[in-house]
Amino acid sequence: MSADTHTHAHGHAHGHDHGHDAPHSTRGGYITGFLLSVVLTAIPFGIVMGGWIADTRVAVAICAGLAMVQIVVHMIYFLHMNSKSEQGWTLMALVFTIIIIVIALAGSLWVMFNMNLNMMPGMASGAGM
Amino acid sequence: MSATTVPKGKTPVFYQLEEEHHEPGGSTLLGFWMYLMSDCLIFAMLFAAWGVYGTSYAGGPTSHELFELPLVAVNTAMLLFSSITYGFAMIAMQEQRKGAVQAWLLLTAVFGAAFLGIELYEFSNLIHEGAGPWRSAFLSSFFTLVGTHGLHVTFGLIWLFTLMVQIGRKGLIPANVRRLQCLSLFWHFLDVIWIGVFTFVYLFGAMR
Repeated sequence: MSADTHTHAHGHAHGHDHGHDAPHSTRGGYITGFLLSVVLTAIPFGIVMGGWIADTRVAVAICAGLAMVQIVVHMIYFLHMNSKSEQGWTLMALVFTIIIIVIALAGSLWVMFNMNLNMMPGMASGAGM
Repeated sequence: MSATTVPKGKTPVFYQLEEEHHEPGGSTLLGFWMYLMSDCLIFAMLFAAWGVYGTSYAGGPTSHELFELPLVAVNTAMLLFSSITYGFAMIAMQEQRKGAVQAWLLLTAVFGAAFLGIELYEFSNLIHEGAGPWRSAFLSSFFTLVGTHGLHVTFGLIWLFTLMVQIGRKGLIPANVRRLQCLSLFWHFLDVIWIGVFTFVYLFGAMR
């Protein structure tokens, strides 16, 4: 009995998958995503090209933050990411990928930064490689 | 019949012998997404290399001297425009308007080609100034990262033209709809990568 309902539910979900993207894409969704992207792109370019913020470290932090926000905007409005598409497997794959990326990026930068610090003074300046 | 009896103390086990019906291409989108995630890892490694070598100028020109932000801004706009026009192509596809799909795809290709043209112009300028990928680790990692992205856009354009021919011949059949959906993911994914490129490479490089 329970096996039966399971198969049914599965088949049903599959049927939906083929309509997959169809119901998600709307003109309004794309335009919202586009306008948000324009704003989120214009601000960091303005900060750097217009010199809106004198403190470089603050400018870097704001630009990085805006880039992250824009990536999320693209994911939602253009790539139509949500927890339901393909029964959540796309989101699972994405989360896994992000974890790997964070480990790889943070690890590489950390290791190489430390290596540069621990180099002998004469070598560090010639770290042109 | 004895075949249906279960020994005492054991729970019955069921096997599914008949294969479930799968529509052709039913898992294509998920598979394509997996490919994109692996592609994402390639770019993550290239970004890591850029993070490590981005300031290794080897006494050569620095990113602050080389990068022309107005050009990058125009390039970013081109890619963003191509994203929205591809979105409109997808909507026209849902509405089964073949001519509109072709028109939006063509416009997407125009913006994509403009992006590539500007990027090649920038590359040739850099090389003429003696700032080719061989000059320093900074320029090697720059050309590798930005060039890999440009190569993806190139293949995206080839794919786009191929699809336009396919749609022209066979119309919006399910196979073509599936291909359009895959290219949609690919195209928007490239725009996501570009967000990282213009922020972490160009903007941060220009601030150094």
